[in-house]
Amino acid sequence: MSGAVLRLTGIAKRFGPTVALDGASLEVGPGEVHALIGENGAGKSTLLACLAGLLKPERGAMELGGESYAPAFPGDARARGIALIHQELSLFPHLTVAENIFVGAEPSRRGLFDRAAARRKTREVLAEFGHPEIDPDERVSHLPLPARQVVEICRAIAARARVVLMDEPTSSLQRPDVERLFAVIRRLAGSGVAVIYISHFLEETREIAQTYTVLRDGRTVGGGPLATTTNDELIAQMVGRTVDALFPAREPAASTETLLEVRGLLAPPVVKGASFEIRRGEILGVFGLMGSGRTETVRALFGLDPAESGTVRVRGREGPVRGGTPAQRLGQGLGYLSEDRKGEGLALPLSVADNMTLTRLSACARAGLLDRARQRERTQTWVSALGVKARTPDQPVRTLSGGNQQKVALGRLFHQDADVLLLDEPTRGIDIGSKAQIYEAVAAAAARGKGVLMVSSYLPELLGLCDRLAVMSRGRLSPARPVSEWSPSSVMEAAIGA
Amino acid sequence: MSEVPRRSWLLAVGPFIGLALVIALFAVMSGAPERYLSANNLRVVLAQTVIVALGAIGMTLIIVGGGIDLSVGSTIALTSVIAALGIRSGGAPAMACLWAVLTGGLVGLLNALAITRLKVVPFIATLGMLGVARGVAKWLADQQTVNMAPTWVNDLAVTFPNPEWLIFAPGVWISVVLALLMAVVLRNTVFGRRVFALGSNEAAARACGIATDRLKLVIYSLAGLFFGLAGVMQMSRLRQGDPTVAIGTELDVIASVVIGGGSLSGGEGGILGSMIGALTMAFLRNGSQQMGWPNYVQEILIGVIIVMAVALDRFRHARQEA
Repeated sequence: MSGAVLRLTGIAKRFGPTVALDGASLEVGPGEVHALIGENGAGKSTLLACLAGLLKPERGAMELGGESYAPAFPGDARARGIALIHQELSLFPHLTVAENIFVGAEPSRRGLFDRAAARRKTREVLAEFGHPEIDPDERVSHLPLPARQVVEICRAIAARARVVLMDEPTSSLQRPDVERLFAVIRRLAGSGVAVIYISHFLEETREIAQTYTVLRDGRTVGGGPLATTTNDELIAQMVGRTVDALFPAREPAASTETLLEVRGLLAPPVVKGASFEIRRGEILGVFGLMGSGRTETVRALFGLDPAESGTVRVRGREGPVRGGTPAQRLGQGLGYLSEDRKGEGLALPLSVADNMTLTRLSACARAGLLDRARQRERTQTWVSALGVKARTPDQPVRTLSGGNQQKVALGRLFHQDADVLLLDEPTRGIDIGSKAQIYEAVAAAAARGKGVLMVSSYLPELLGLCDRLAVMSRGRLSPARPVSEWSPSSVMEAAIGA
Repeated sequence: MSEVPRRSWLLAVGPFIGLALVIALFAVMSGAPERYLSANNLRVVLAQTVIVALGAIGMTLIIVGGGIDLSVGSTIALTSVIAALGIRSGGAPAMACLWAVLTGGLVGLLNALAITRLKVVPFIATLGMLGVARGVAKWLADQQTVNMAPTWVNDLAVTFPNPEWLIFAPGVWISVVLALLMAVVLRNTVFGRRVFALGSNEAAARACGIATDRLKLVIYSLAGLFFGLAGVMQMSRLRQGDPTVAIGTELDVIASVVIGGGSLSGGEGGILGSMIGALTMAFLRNGSQQMGWPNYVQEILIGVIIVMAVALDRFRHARQEA
């Protein structure tokens, strides 16, 4: 398109050893809704951050309206008419709705914040977006999550931007809000604004966008009009190989010994009933949508959140779930991988070796003294087995890429030699190569006679890897059935709880 | 008018209740409420509050903006020495005071430069300044108190003002006017709202085009001016410049802000609350003295009250979010 409002060519950006972008290009015309498609970690968010002035690209050229564009800081981007709606909410919890919408561009008279004007304009924008019920004077921390996102979107609308960048704007919206958002996007596009749109939902993307760019490993690998491109073609471009080759071949479990049995687990307010058992050598999948209680179930079982009732039987010994502590569960041979890698899973400033051996330091200690050489050696075993790309075991985990961090977190459970692995979203937010390695490692653990509980919101990996699958819906876990008896649509039906 | 609409009224009036409780408690315990509540005692308490109150105005800005300043006590000592040296050298007292106030601003600016340019967290940057400012004060004062001829500056923070119709010391009135002014600045100016935005979510503030580094320079420098003025009041009360004075005053100042509803994680707090906090501390100290309790009792009491105030605040917040 010759009249491109925004043109990016050959953008490159690295963070330490991690290459985030390496030759990303993109072009958008005025009034166009452009989908930016790619796997997690492909560099979509980094590219938008460069556009919004949050990051400075190392190489490449950006052009806005035919002029060279190199924002020094976010204020520059805003002044040049670029607005970013971030996937992580960037609101001010202590400020009001009106203040949040006008922060950085406050209506004022001689330095005095014009509260009345801010309130009035906020009402206009909220009405335009179809949410007149949100009070401009409400403190944002008092709003429910979807309403907060509405506020964030209204900030871009109020800024009257030329290019609006939307990074997963619908991830916490209900369908009616998605419809409203799409109506606003169409209105924005109708008035000549260019919209760059990131979403994981391909169908939703097709509904709103006309053109697309696919990023893989930081590089533009495809693009064009969406209408003439099939989903299979898009996925092939995203993944770089067919999806089937991702999952290792698995032998059915030979043993019928039950490693873990949970009955009637109740952990209000979310978990309203979960019963399941895991056999030796088996991978049990648990699928659930956001808020279904899938994570809460595992946390209650592991003693991280309080449970009200239910029994758990490990190694033939039965006890109440209530009152269990993580230390106790670790002692019983349970291992836990948190879905929140950075917040809870890893100690980021510590080394690979410290992180991997943390739950069983005793294996590398004598009389309470840590044997560094042995710790390094044990770590090395799992670093090689999992294919962690780290220079040395002493390297801080912080300096590894997301995929390698996740392998370290998983390696900890292997070092711990846990009998039962409780894995919560083990492949969230990591690149496709690391995903394949993690699938392989989990399958190998099952083949060694471990029992695995794999919680995920990504259905293809559960169907591709697990022996049996149970579905969590509104706090209740369905009975587990062999994967062959499920289909994507029957799983979704159970998840929505229709 | 309200800076945080729809907050439960309990959150807003909490500090007032605390202050009223402290006053009532000591009035009863002292057995002589008419003395504890007398106009004279009120004058004593208010004159004693001036230094901490001025410090708390500046500290409120910093804490609301998500920062902290541990160098307040040292800054007060340094600026009290500067003011005394200026008067002793024979310059106009007003000029000496101005220099002291500006020195406070300079100390704040240096703190902010360490925070924004050297990327040192505020806690450490100002901990360093705590030592530097104290050292410079002793150096300038030649390690002794700086005595000078009496001037009108000595009357700024006296208990019984001259002329009598002022009722309270001039320093009290100065504090009241500045507190009102800064309350308006924090609530009703673009600058003030950006301070809240900075403390509430710094990354988002940057993304919204706020020049956060420059904002921090302004916040710490402005706060420094208040610490400098507190130094002038300190000199006025002692009638000399003392490089060893005000050790630990930063803790009283921070405690005032926190008791008044300020959150050390930023985004929350207000001048009015901080003033109530400063008064609460002053009434506590005064009451303990009137009861004849030894100094250590005061210290224990104040320590416990700071922790309780914050714990109570957490508790109320948790209930509200639920």
